Amino acid sequence: MAQIAFSNLRKSYGKTEVIHGVDTHIEDGELIVIVGPSGCGKSTLLRMVAGLETVTSGEIRIDDRVVNKLEPRERDIAMVFQNYALYPHMSVFDNMAYGLKIAKVPQAEIRERVAVAAKMLELEPFLERKPRQLSGGQRQRVAMGRAIVRKPAVFLFDEPLSNLDAKLRVQMRVEIKTLQRRLGVTSLYVTHDQVEAMTLADRIIVMNGGVAEQIGTPLAVYEKPATTFVGGFIGSPPMNFLSVERLQGSGLAASFGEAAPALAKTVGVRPEHLSFCGEGQAAWSGELVIVEALGAETLAHVRLDDGEVIIVRLDGGRTAPVGESRVHVTCEADKLHFFGADEKRID
Amino acid sequence: MQKRVVFNNRLLPYALLAPQILVTAVFFFWPAGQAIYQSAFIPDPFGLKSQFVGFGNFEFLFSDPYYLASFQTTAVFSAAVTLLSMGAALWLAVMADRIIKGSGAYRTLLIWPYAVAPAIAGVLWLFMFNPNVGLVAWYLNAIGYDWNHVLNDGEAMGLVVVASAWRQISYNFLFFLAGLQAIPRSVIEAAAIDGASFWKRFWTIVFPLLSPTTFFLLVVNIVYAFFETFGVIHTITGGGPQQATTILVYKVYADGFIGQDLGSSAAQSVVLLVVVGLLTVVQFRYVERKVHY
Repeated sequence: MAQIAFSNLRKSYGKTEVIHGVDTHIEDGELIVIVGPSGCGKSTLLRMVAGLETVTSGEIRIDDRVVNKLEPRERDIAMVFQNYALYPHMSVFDNMAYGLKIAKVPQAEIRERVAVAAKMLELEPFLERKPRQLSGGQRQRVAMGRAIVRKPAVFLFDEPLSNLDAKLRVQMRVEIKTLQRRLGVTSLYVTHDQVEAMTLADRIIVMNGGVAEQIGTPLAVYEKPATTFVGGFIGSPPMNFLSVERLQGSGLAASFGEAAPALAKTVGVRPEHLSFCGEGQAAWSGELVIVEALGAETLAHVRLDDGEVIIVRLDGGRTAPVGESRVHVTCEADKLHFFGADEKRID
Repeated sequence: MQKRVVFNNRLLPYALLAPQILVTAVFFFWPAGQAIYQSAFIPDPFGLKSQFVGFGNFEFLFSDPYYLASFQTTAVFSAAVTLLSMGAALWLAVMADRIIKGSGAYRTLLIWPYAVAPAIAGVLWLFMFNPNVGLVAWYLNAIGYDWNHVLNDGEAMGLVVVASAWRQISYNFLFFLAGLQAIPRSVIEAAAIDGASFWKRFWTIVFPLLSPTTFFLLVVNIVYAFFETFGVIHTITGGGPQQATTILVYKVYADGFIGQDLGSSAAQSVVLLVVVGLLTVVQFRYVERKVHY
């Protein structure tokens, strides 16, 4: 049980700064997901918390302790790695017991704690096996078991599901969430998968280029993206972005034109908020390029007159106006997101 | 898809294998066969004819106290060389693995000694420790230690061990370093997070994961100590003083080419062949079981 706080946290390799000052406070028992594209600094941030990377400047606090200079073992944390990082020469039992043995926990208690974790993770039949005799999902559980038995103050997850196949990933995602709720341990979870972020997180930190672009609950991030990057990264298919000038020239100028703040450069609209309409109400018009029917939803790609492609999401039952070469798209005025020239949200 | 390569021409696979088989035949089977054949004969002093003696040469060998002493010398020598060269190499590799800046320079420097020919390496050490002109010997003398490996058994043995091990350290270093780098970084990091200190991680994670490399090097180093140290011994001590550094392979040479006892020399080669064969079998049978692949 612990709170974590970053204040103006920075990391440089030589002269290149890769994390440009992150500030946040993580409450006791929260599950925070750090999400972002490759190279955005999310793993580096996590490894700084773990003590595997040095802190260039700023502070990391776990509870009231500044841990910047502490060794990993002095921080009371446990980490689950992307490639699981199991000890290949040890049995599942020994893998889980390793940390406890080093901490000189009595034998009987080690056996008990490993047994409890193994039961929780359904690993009991495999305790004598070596990691190489396990499937990917089982190895993943062992890695989690190794973290759980130590009863740490903080769990760190570094893309733990990215080596699993899609079906197993969904299953493990639910299990991680359930387990974290049950244990109530403060957790930091790094992923590049925005669906994982949305489903797991109490709060999301969206990172891009070493900066935390937005910190908030999944729905807040989804509904009010702070920057165009966040809007484009969170949500699948991503938000459509168009220039405000186009909007003002459209048939909806009367209602939308006023909605657009003076400094707005870009307007963002989620695919599900767009719908097809008659020519009279059209905000945008273009040509239907392709229709992807996914069952539960149908995605229509429309190439606007200036060549820009936008995606319109329809419910699965409804079909796009196939056969019509020219289509008209509209949406409600309050579903538009406006962004300034600096790509930041304008309300 | 076919897993095995199938040749359409019957002769082609034989032709492809021929060079390797030819080399093995000329440089191994033929001399080994000759040694076995000759070990059953005693040639006359002028080498004009030989007399068949069966196992006579072997009987004589195993009742010869000098020969039996040479066994012990070899055991001490190869154990010391293997331990020293592997221990030092492992230590250097672990240290070099931790270095981030200038690691390339360190590695290159550490690999260099391997390029030095055994006889040259021997002479190098001989000059440093020569009781009359050697620099190290002179300094030892200055601090009150009377170094003279020409007369002192222990010092002679120590010197050939160090000189032989020194050359092999580079080779071992290279393999240990590669072995260390093949261990996933995250496994070590996981152990660090699990609370293990550097040395605890080394003994519980790194060393066990390095065991395939260690085992391979063990076999290679013992063979090296048995055979390839000839040049070092020949230049530094010539097997002396009083046969204190005469290992089996040196005795084969000394008895055969200096003592001109070709029958006994041939018999010794056969014994050596059997000993190394047995050692390798033992290593693979018993030591390999403890190796984690």
